[in-house]
Amino acid sequence: MVKKILFIEDEASLQKAFGEILRKEGYEMTSALNGEIGLKLAQKMAREGKLDLIILDLILPKIDGFEVLKKLKEDEMTKYVPVIILTNLEGLKDVGKALELGATTYLVKANYSLEEVVTKIKQALSVK
Amino acid sequence: MICRRILSQLNIVAQCRQNNLPLWQCPQLLFLFISFINIFSILFSYFIGQHYITDPLLVSLIVILIAFVLFILTIIITWSFERLIEVARLKTEFANIISHQLRSPLTNLKWLIELLISQKNHLLSSQAAEYLALLKENSQRMEDLISNLLLMIRLEQGEIALNKEKISLVNLIKKVLYENEFFAKANHVLIKFEPPNEELPFCITDPIQLKLVLDNLINNAICYASPSLTGKEGKVTVNLRKENNNFYISVTDNGVGIPKQDQKYIFQKFFRSANAKKYQTAGSGLGLYIAKLLLEKMGGQIGFISQEGQGSTFWLKLPIRY
Repeated sequence: MVKKILFIEDEASLQKAFGEILRKEGYEMTSALNGEIGLKLAQKMAREGKLDLIILDLILPKIDGFEVLKKLKEDEMTKYVPVIILTNLEGLKDVGKALELGATTYLVKANYSLEEVVTKIKQALSVK
Repeated sequence: MICRRILSQLNIVAQCRQNNLPLWQCPQLLFLFISFINIFSILFSYFIGQHYITDPLLVSLIVILIAFVLFILTIIITWSFERLIEVARLKTEFANIISHQLRSPLTNLKWLIELLISQKNHLLSSQAAEYLALLKENSQRMEDLISNLLLMIRLEQGEIALNKEKISLVNLIKKVLYENEFFAKANHVLIKFEPPNEELPFCITDPIQLKLVLDNLINNAICYASPSLTGKEGKVTVNLRKENNNFYISVTDNGVGIPKQDQKYIFQKFFRSANAKKYQTAGSGLGLYIAKLLLEKMGGQIGFISQEGQGSTFWLKLPIRY
């Protein structure tokens, strides 16, 4: 069965790039440009049983990534979906807060190549 | 070493300059000043008490005056501390702004270039692919510089946590050498790895940060061992062994070496030796400073020996932990 990924990221160019790569890898990707839509989409997809992984940026319009993560982990439908944080915030407090809230993996964008991020996504999906 | 540290602490003018504060706002100087006033006021009160005991009002007035001066000085000290706190806050904020606002578009750019390059056979002409490779290299340089600045700020503020893992140093070194292979070939430098004679235990450390240190040392060695600088065959040797209770890694090159007068400054922030400026125009002078901060955070040590015209050996030691 095709694994489904929700990508919550406000950079449209990145969404496009990841969409292309992940589709080539055989995954299905849905994207959201802000936290509010992302949260709604996550809840909808989880209810329908169509959500295997969430990739979440932290600086997002409307609702920030921390708030989205908190709400995802409070919701019975979405709390077991692994969440990869993909951000450029690398302060200790940010990393600690995200992991405490239940993020599976924390990736600082600048530290990884596109290929490495895709490998991390594959790993997260294979663990599930 | 300890004496030097104590002496540097006593050099109040230098400390004020370091904190970018005028002397009258420098807490160290003001504290010292208050101490002197305290001592003086005690002695003065005693003297006055002895000689003018017949007029207690005057003694009281002098005590009130001294108390007032001390009060004003305390206010100034409080302001100074507030300013220092504000500076620290602004520094953190600045780091966060750079971190997100400057790095985000750069990362996007880098990833999109990577995507385009990976598709070059389908979409791009060879010339366009070449330009893309140049774009990638330059965006990477800019990102490295920003990352180094950020890392330095965070290390100095104690904001970097080590994500320790059990790793094989042999594998890590091989990985760094593999990644530097192309760069070494381009500079006509031969890299050799001397693995340990015995099987080493796993090293418990942060692989990303240690890789950063090794990458910096090996990259520097390749740069300065290039035949275009020395006129002889370039060689870099990386050695790994166990020494007492430490992992010992050395990176030796037969390059231009470091002038003797520059050697004591080599781990200082933003320092670039005369040779570095002469042969490599690019560079921020942060690599070795960061390497030292990281090694210290890992509980290790870093050092070097070098002779101008002969080459350098940079070594690092990491404690073996089980």
